[in-house]
Amino acid sequence: MTLFGDFYFFIWAALLLVPAVVLGLTERPIKYYGAVVTAVFIYMAMGSSPKAIVNLIVYCLYQLILVNAYLSVNRRKPRNGLLYWVFIVLSVAPLGIWKISAFVTGHGIFAFLGLSYLTFKSVQVIIEIYDGLIKEVKPFDFLYFLTFFPCLSSGPIDRSRRFEGDLERRISRAEYAELLGNGLFKIVLGMAYKFALAAGFYQAITWLGSGGHMINHLVYMYSYGLYLFFDFAGYSLMAVGTSYILGIKSPDNFNKPFLATDMKDFWDRWHMSLSYWFRDFIFSRFMMKAIKGKWFKNKLTGAFVGFIINMGVMGVWHGLDIYYIIYGLYHGVLLAVTEIYQKKSKFHKKHKKERWYRFISWGITFNLAMFGFFIFSGKFTQLIGLNG
Amino acid sequence: MEDKILEMLEELCGDSVVREDVNINLLEEDLIDSLDYTELLVSIEDEFGIVMSPSEFTRDQMDTPAKIISQVKARMS
Repeated sequence: MTLFGDFYFFIWAALLLVPAVVLGLTERPIKYYGAVVTAVFIYMAMGSSPKAIVNLIVYCLYQLILVNAYLSVNRRKPRNGLLYWVFIVLSVAPLGIWKISAFVTGHGIFAFLGLSYLTFKSVQVIIEIYDGLIKEVKPFDFLYFLTFFPCLSSGPIDRSRRFEGDLERRISRAEYAELLGNGLFKIVLGMAYKFALAAGFYQAITWLGSGGHMINHLVYMYSYGLYLFFDFAGYSLMAVGTSYILGIKSPDNFNKPFLATDMKDFWDRWHMSLSYWFRDFIFSRFMMKAIKGKWFKNKLTGAFVGFIINMGVMGVWHGLDIYYIIYGLYHGVLLAVTEIYQKKSKFHKKHKKERWYRFISWGITFNLAMFGFFIFSGKFTQLIGLNG
Repeated sequence: MEDKILEMLEELCGDSVVREDVNINLLEEDLIDSLDYTELLVSIEDEFGIVMSPSEFTRDQMDTPAKIISQVKARMS
């Protein structure tokens, strides 16, 4: 069974979510039942590979021990830079080992469904302990946060303090009814996105996107970009909708990305839980250090480096293949250039609110984003002979 | 303190409108971006000795001058 992917999942979800709805409408806490449903779905999704389940359990316990160890270390030596980095490295280590071993040997050590996304959730807890924002970690809440099945395999990436706030909050019947309505709507919309629209664009890629002509490549590029959007946005809508039914307001992942009028705006709308994670935990922190330490003479040079590092790491997170790295750097450069242009250009400042200017900006942004997906697909590097 | 924060915002946004309307939405009006926001956090730390972490607040908790002032106030008291 595949989460949000096949008929059996939806049948089981329809059955297993009914008690959650009853709990919600009678104003009782859903979290313990939600944890049971999560365990059932993890078993069904990963049951064919017992090794993966063992890896997931080992991973979760390892991270639980790590955050608790760091809590007590940070209490004794608050905001110690070296210890902070030691724990960051330990927290990212399982993902690093898997990515590198998969890249080198073709089959990774310590793989399981959701490892990439779980890493974001684990590392941010370490970072927020360092910041003094997290002072205690409750084992049940932490494990439920990590494994919460709607967001397990592909996000959206939630924040632990927000998630735990939802677990503790009492939801009134009226509020739950609204949550349920919105949740069901998101699930239905997500199904239409993923199983109708994305599937349609996939056919376009298959039938019209192959062949050696320029026109084939263009069809491939645009239909791949749209396929990626409807597939992933559809998946995210279903995940968020299912979260709502379990009383968890998981963050939205997409907000009409193809209406963006510049690249910064695009990343405010595309895979938002990921780009906000990078903004809050990498870009902002790098920039704050750089500003405080006066690493760069010019503020915009610092921003340029910051964007490239930020998006470069984002690219590597997708995989060590050359096209993911180029994809990350491509977006890093675009963001940096956008930042400098918008801060420096008098032309931009003068016209930025005018209709024609916004229209042209939109057209450029849309095409730059589509070309980004073309790189992401691996097709671009294949065409220029870089895939090896 | 309020005045100091408004001064920082005025410099960051390059627009005195932040003084005239403390409830103006800095994000919707395109007055502040991620880079400006980090600069603001550094300035607040330098000026008032308060460490505010980039992930501490959601953007809608810090999107108007009035909200930023009240968050800093809450931390100072």
